[in-house]
Amino acid sequence: MTQTTAESTARRQRAQLKVRTLRTDRWWLAPAVTFAALAAFLVYGFWAIFDSSYFVEPYIAPFSSPCLTTACPEGARLFGWAPVGDWFPLPPGILILGLPAGFRLTCYYYRKSYYRSFWLSPPACAVGEPHKKYTGETRLPLIIQNVHRYFFYAAILIAAVLSYDAVLAFRNHEGEWGHMGLGTLILVVNAVLIVAYTLSCHSCRHITAGRLNHFSRHPMRYRMWMFVSKLNAKHQQLAWVSMFSVMIADLYVRLVAKTVITDITFF
Amino acid sequence: MSYKAKFRVWRGEGGEGKLEDFTVEVNEGEVVLDIIHRLQATQAPDLAVRWNCKAGKCGSCSMEINGKPRLGCMTRMSTFEEDETITVTPMRTFPVIKDLVTDVSFNYDKARQIPSFTPPADVKPGEYRMKQVDVERSQEFRKCIECFMCNNVCHVIRDHDENKPNFAGPRFLMRIAELDMHPYDVADRKDIAQDEHGLGYCNITKCCTEVCPEHIKITDNALIPMKERVVDRRYDPLVWLGNKIFKRSDSKTR
Repeated sequence: MTQTTAESTARRQRAQLKVRTLRTDRWWLAPAVTFAALAAFLVYGFWAIFDSSYFVEPYIAPFSSPCLTTACPEGARLFGWAPVGDWFPLPPGILILGLPAGFRLTCYYYRKSYYRSFWLSPPACAVGEPHKKYTGETRLPLIIQNVHRYFFYAAILIAAVLSYDAVLAFRNHEGEWGHMGLGTLILVVNAVLIVAYTLSCHSCRHITAGRLNHFSRHPMRYRMWMFVSKLNAKHQQLAWVSMFSVMIADLYVRLVAKTVITDITFF
Repeated sequence: MSYKAKFRVWRGEGGEGKLEDFTVEVNEGEVVLDIIHRLQATQAPDLAVRWNCKAGKCGSCSMEINGKPRLGCMTRMSTFEEDETITVTPMRTFPVIKDLVTDVSFNYDKARQIPSFTPPADVKPGEYRMKQVDVERSQEFRKCIECFMCNNVCHVIRDHDENKPNFAGPRFLMRIAELDMHPYDVADRKDIAQDEHGLGYCNITKCCTEVCPEHIKITDNALIPMKERVVDRRYDPLVWLGNKIFKRSDSKTR
């Protein structure tokens, strides 16, 4: 049946341009590149999580850290613990995968990028989207995006663990301190970028002082908010750079563990 | 140095109309609005266009130039190739009155629905004392010139007219954020932002920020902070518990 509501009448009063967009620039390029990059990350992550070469002294691959089961080699366990025991039969990385994945999945920047590139809602500004109906984040399942701050809390812990892993990488194969290899450098750079990306989060900005209306009554929190706001302005860049850095660091450790490449020792 | 440019301009009343081709002189330093005025003066005297300040401060000459929402007075002709055909259409989200002039009363209706600034009952005009750091965030939003290009580009209503009754658009969600962040505003704005003005429809794809001629960071500084404030109110059990334990009523008092 043809709709005859007032709204559909209003719709007809708009300029009846029969094209999806009149943009003449390459508006499709950004969503296409984003789609390819995010898809590559997903494919790599899926492979890495089932790959068992995640540890070689003193490096642990970021996708599998913290390693929490007895299946983990002694040196790979966080503080030597294996709190999960031996009941978990799948690769240990799966246990913690949900935390960083959830953080990125609900991240305000990544939401923009995959809403545009995967869901085409919209693919680019002023380009018509293909969906007949749109309810956004008003109902299930997308209303769940509001849990982002809880993933932020978890991401802080993961970032701390990766930083700890990077510190441990200043040892040699025998566990002696004061050594450094290319793997150490890669893990340190990755840890710095992950920490920067985590702290640049919009939820972090809100928690520090964004929720306040009187900054002047909370000078310390205001200073923290100023710092996080500066990082937050680079949230998009940090999201991309940290995504590639974690992928590179993870792949490097796995290739060294598989003896495909040899770690370069600086000292 | 002048040259002849090819223009395609939407002509018509109501929704009916078509793109008409024109060849028109362009001189150095001119903007698209100058060329539209030259068309009026030389070839199409009945061409309707809304304009006022020609300085990017009144927000009147919003239009779509090669499919992108732009201010006609701030779009330099030097940004186009001389042999490029430039298509000029009215804002797509709003009904057309004539040619490039749209009926933007949707925006004024939404503006009226937002409760105005509400100071505490015991503070009288003239007694407001605010520190600069407390009002800086809100001041960014006061740069808005109400060109309505953010509301025009937002796909929530641009592609889904049926959402118009439930969604105020970025411009007015930003207005709600401005008031909610104001140190002297005591009205409850979080629930109405979500329930009556459709903050949940926003999927933060940032087109509003991309088109803003005043470069206001609408998404990062208004919409996302407002979403986080709504999370405090509606979806975060820890905040709820904290408010109960410490007997905090709201962030309004903090």
